[in-house]
Amino acid sequence: MWLINSSIGRKLIMSLSGLFLILFLTLHMVMNFVAVFSLEGYDAVCEFMGTNILIQIMVPVLAAGFVIHIVYAIILTLRNQKARGNDKYASSSKTNIPWASKNMLVLGIIVLGVLCFHLTDFWAKMQLVEWQGGHSALGSTLITTVFQNPIVVAVYVIWVIALWFHLTHGFWSAFQTIGWDGRTWYPRLKAIGNIYATIIAVGFITVAVYFFFV
Amino acid sequence: MTKIDSKIPEGPLAEKWSNYKNHQKLVNPANKRRLDIIVVGTGLAGASAAASLGELGFNVLNFCIQDSPRRAHSIAAQGGINAAKNYQNDGDSVYRLFYDTIKGGDYRAREANVYRLAEVSNSIIDQCVAQGVPFAREYGGLLDNRSFGGAQVSRTFYAKGQTGQQLLLGAYSALSRQVKKGTVKLYTRHEMLDVVIIDGRARGIIARNLITGKVERYSAHAVVIATGGYGNTFFLSTNAMGSNGSVAMQCFRKGAYFANPCMAQIHPTCIPVHGEFQSKLTLMSESLRNDGRIWTPKKKEDAEAIRAGKLKPTDIKEEDRDYYLERRYPAFGNLVPRDVASRAAKERCDAGYGVGSTGLAVYLDFSDAINRLGKDAVAARYGNLFQMYEKIVDDNPYETPMMIYPAIHYTMGGIWVDYELQTSIPGLFAIGEANFSDHGANRLGASALMQGLADGYFVLPYTIQNYLSDQIRVPRFSTDLPEFVEAEKGVNDKIKKLMSIKGKKSVDSIHKQLGLIMWDFVGMARTKEGLETALTKILEIKKEFWSNVRIPGNAEDLNTELEKALRLSDFIEIGELMARDALDREESCGGHFREEYQTPEGEALRRDDLFSYVSCWKYEGEDKAPELLKEPLDYEFIVRQQRNYKS
Amino acid sequence: MDKTINITLKIWRQRGPKEKGAFETYKLDGISVDSSFLEMLDILNEKLINEGKEPVVFDHDCREGICGMCSLYINGHPHGPDEGITTCQLHMRRFKDGETIIVEPWRSAGFPVIRDLMVDRHAFDKIMQAGGYVSINTGGVPDANAIPISKADADEAMDSASCIGCGACVAACKNGSAMLFVSAKVSQLALLPQGKIERARRAKAMVAKMDELGFGNCTNTGACEIECPKNVSISNIARLNREFLKAKLQD
Repeated sequence: MWLINSSIGRKLIMSLSGLFLILFLTLHMVMNFVAVFSLEGYDAVCEFMGTNILIQIMVPVLAAGFVIHIVYAIILTLRNQKARGNDKYASSSKTNIPWASKNMLVLGIIVLGVLCFHLTDFWAKMQLVEWQGGHSALGSTLITTVFQNPIVVAVYVIWVIALWFHLTHGFWSAFQTIGWDGRTWYPRLKAIGNIYATIIAVGFITVAVYFFFV
Repeated sequence: MTKIDSKIPEGPLAEKWSNYKNHQKLVNPANKRRLDIIVVGTGLAGASAAASLGELGFNVLNFCIQDSPRRAHSIAAQGGINAAKNYQNDGDSVYRLFYDTIKGGDYRAREANVYRLAEVSNSIIDQCVAQGVPFAREYGGLLDNRSFGGAQVSRTFYAKGQTGQQLLLGAYSALSRQVKKGTVKLYTRHEMLDVVIIDGRARGIIARNLITGKVERYSAHAVVIATGGYGNTFFLSTNAMGSNGSVAMQCFRKGAYFANPCMAQIHPTCIPVHGEFQSKLTLMSESLRNDGRIWTPKKKEDAEAIRAGKLKPTDIKEEDRDYYLERRYPAFGNLVPRDVASRAAKERCDAGYGVGSTGLAVYLDFSDAINRLGKDAVAARYGNLFQMYEKIVDDNPYETPMMIYPAIHYTMGGIWVDYELQTSIPGLFAIGEANFSDHGANRLGASALMQGLADGYFVLPYTIQNYLSDQIRVPRFSTDLPEFVEAEKGVNDKIKKLMSIKGKKSVDSIHKQLGLIMWDFVGMARTKEGLETALTKILEIKKEFWSNVRIPGNAEDLNTELEKALRLSDFIEIGELMARDALDREESCGGHFREEYQTPEGEALRRDDLFSYVSCWKYEGEDKAPELLKEPLDYEFIVRQQRNYKS
Repeated sequence: MDKTINITLKIWRQRGPKEKGAFETYKLDGISVDSSFLEMLDILNEKLINEGKEPVVFDHDCREGICGMCSLYINGHPHGPDEGITTCQLHMRRFKDGETIIVEPWRSAGFPVIRDLMVDRHAFDKIMQAGGYVSINTGGVPDANAIPISKADADEAMDSASCIGCGACVAACKNGSAMLFVSAKVSQLALLPQGKIERARRAKAMVAKMDELGFGNCTNTGACEIECPKNVSISNIARLNREFLKAKLQD
C-alpha cells in the first residue's frame, strides 16, 4: 500500500491528519472564546458538545487523528534518523532554516504532554464523565476556577507557544505535502500559516489570561 | 610511404552522406545483440553514442573516470550549439553553416566531413528538444537563437549559460534509460589505460578501477574513444582537472595516427591568471561578445596607471578607449573567431596596453549594453556568468568592466579518423573532441557541442555498422588471450615503474613546469627557435619526471596522485608531439600562429601550396621520432581565400 | 591584491567505507585570499606530499561550479558559507585570518564515504535510471519548433533542470532526503510537453527508487533549497508531491 510504503504516502498521512487536527483546533479555540463574551453561551456550547450524537462520533475519530499523527511522526523520525547515517556532522548545521521546522517532534511532544494534563483538567471532568453516566461539571465553573491557578496558566501559555511554533511550520508544510504549492503560493501559504497560527495562539491565551484576571 | 585513405564517398558534396548511408552495410537486429562495443567517455559524444548504440540493440560497455556519466566536461560548455535551422529567417542554410565552419577552421578541415556535420546539425536540435532539453524560447513559444563568433547569422541555440549541461543531461538521460534496459553497462570511476589489439583490430581495453586500484580487462568487437581533448597539457586551461589526453596517446602508441596535434584553440574570454596557486582558468562564454565590447586604453600612460592601481577603467573617457576589435575588423567587430580575438588581445598586451595588475588582461565592457537594454535584460542573458565572475574576481561586472585574457580551451587536433570516424586501427573509432575531424585549424563557438552530438547520435551509429557487419560471426573474446595478458602487463609495469621512482617532486609541480613551457613556446605565438627550445625543455621535464616524481600510497588502492602521474606521463609526450607538429607546419592558420608567417597587418599567413594537408603522426617506438604522414586536403567545392573578417 | 591569511584546518580522514574516521588538524600559513577553497586544499596536499604523507582525497573536476563533482561540508554548510555556489567557487576571502575551518564529507546513509572527503553518489544515477528521461530513441522525432512551449514553462523547466546532482540537498537535510534532486528532474520533465506523456510513470518510479535506496522523508525544512548551489526551489518538491499523488490516485 503506497500510503504506508512510500515516503510521500507517509507524508500525506501526516499532512492530512495534521490538517484535520488544525480544523479541530480552530473549532476548539472558537468555542473557548465564547466564554469570554458569555459564560452561559459557553455552557450551552459545552452542553451541545457533551450530548450531540455527531460530536460523540467525532471524538474517537479525533483521537484516532491524534494517534495517527503521533505514530507517523515517530515512524518518520526514526526512518529519517536512519537515512541520516551513523556518522553525525561534527560542525553542527549552520543552515538558516526556521527553528520550528527542525524541532517538530520536540514541539509535538510538548504539545502532547500538556494535552494530557489538559485532558485531565477539562475533558475528563466534562465529556468523559458524561459518557460514564455521571453529570459533568459546568463548563463555566471549570474554566473560571482552573485558570485561577497561575501555574496552570503558565503551563497553558507555554503549551500555546509550542503549538504556535508547531503550526507555523505545520500549516504551510501540510499544503506543501499535498502538492498545493508553487512559486506564487509558497510565500502566500507561509504567510497564511503564520497568521493562522497567531490567531489560534492569541485566541487560546486570551481565554486563559482573561479568566486568570477575572 | 603509407597512403592515407580518408574514405570520402563519391558524388556531389550535398549527396555524399546520403550516398554513404544508402550503400553502407548494416547489422540486423538479431545480430546486434551478439556484438559488444566499448565506449570510453560519457561526454556529449560518448553518452550520445553509447545511448544510441544501446537503442539499436548492441551490447555496450561504457566507461568514465568520473563518479557519474553526468560529470563529463561537456557539462561545462556555456554558450550554445549551432544548427542550420534558419528559424530566424536571416539567410542561414546547411551550406552556409558548412562554409562558415570551413572558413572558421582556416581551410584545414575536410569538406565532406564538415558538410555532413552541417547536414545533421538540425536533427540534433530536434532530438534534444524531444528529450526535454529546456532551450531558451521566445514569448511565442518557439526557440530563440543568439549569435556567435565567425558567423553573420543567429544560429546558436542555448539554454541560459548552461547549454552544455542541458545537452549532456539530455544524453545522460537517454543513456540512463539504456542502462535500465540493460543494453548499456556503466563502469564509472574506471580509467582506460590501454587498448588491446588482436590481429590488427581493436578488441578491448585495459582499465584501472580508480576505487580499488585494480587493473581490469574488457573485451569487445569494437572500441569507441570519446575521451575529449588534451588542453590540460598546458596545466592551466579551461578543461576540468581530470580531462586528459592519455587515451589518445595509448591509441597513438598502438598505431593510430595522431592528427594535427599543434592545433589548439586559445579562447579569448577567460578570467586572467592571478596567482601561482591557480589550478585552472575559468571561461567566460563567448556569448558575452554579443553585447560586451572589448577595449584597452588608447594611451600607454593610462594603461600604466591602471596597472599601478592609480586609475580605474571607469575613469577612462570614451575617446581614450581603443575598441581594437571593432577598429581592426569592422564587419565582424567583437564577434570575430576565437583565434583572431585571442591574438588581437595578445598583440595589445604585448604592445604595453594591457590592464590588470599583471598587464595581461583586456576589458570586456557591458556599460553600453546596460545603457541600451537595461540592467535587467543584461542580467537575464548573462546573470549566471556575471555571478561566476564576481565570485572569482570579487568585482561587480555590472559596474566595472570584466577583465579577460585568452586561455587554452579546446584541441582541434586529435586521433586521426576517416569519414567513418574510424582510426587507422580497424575497429577503433574516435568521436567528439578526441578526434581531429571537423574543425580544421580553429573551431567556431558553439560547434563543439554540435560535433560531439553529431558524431554520437547521427554518424557513428551508422558508420560503425559498416565495420561490424562482417564481425557477426566473430565470437566474444576471452580476456585470457595473450594479447590481453601482455597489455595488462605493460600497464602494470608502467605503474610499478612510476611507484618505484620515489623522488622529490609532486606530479602537479612538474605539470606546472610543463604548462609554462607549453604556454611560452607552444602557445598563442610560435617561432622556430621557440619550438626547438620547447622540445629540449620538454625532454628535460620528461627526464625529471621519470627520475624525480613522488607518488605516495600504493598502486593497488585509490591513489589520486598515481592517476595524475599516469596522465602527466602522457601530457609530456603530447607536449612533445605538439611542438614537433608546430615546428613542421611553417605557416600560420587558425589556432596555429607562427610569427614568421604573418601578413603585414599581422594576420595569419596560410601557405596552401605547401601545407594544405592533415599532419598524421605515426608512432615509431619509444625514444624514436614519429613519422609524419600527410593526408592532402583537396578542396573540390570551395575556393580557399585568406580569411577576411574586416569587410 | 596579495592579501594572505593563516588558517587551521580540521579535516575528516577515513580510509574506507567500513573503517573508522577521525579529524586531523593541519595549519596553513600565507594562503592568498584570492585562491579558491580547492586551491587551498591543493596547497595542503602539495605540502603533505612533500612531507611524504598521503594527500587528502576529495572529489573535484571542472572547478567552475557545474560538474557537481565537488562536495565538502565546510563549517556547517554544504559547499561552505557562501551562497549559490559550489565548493570549487568558494574563495578564501570568505574566511578570516586565524580561523579554524572544519571540513567533512557529505554525511548520509545514501552516500557512503569512499575515502576521506570522497563519497559514493551512485544512488543518484540509480534514481535517474529508474525514470529520469523521456522514452524516445535517437531519430524519428518531430521538428524542434513543432510544439511551441510557453516561455514561462520553458524558463521554469530550465530552473529545475539546472540541478547539478552534487548531493548538497541530501547533505544539508536533517532527514537525509533526496526530494529536491528527484523533484527537480520530475518537475523539469512534467513542465514540458515532451515529458508530460509519461509523467505519472516517472514520478512513481523515481520516488520508489529513492525510497528503496534509503533516503529519508522530506519534512519541508527547506534546508536543501538554502544550500543548493543552483538555487533549485522547493516548489519543485510540491510539484513532485502533486505528480506522485495524482499518479497514485489515478491507479
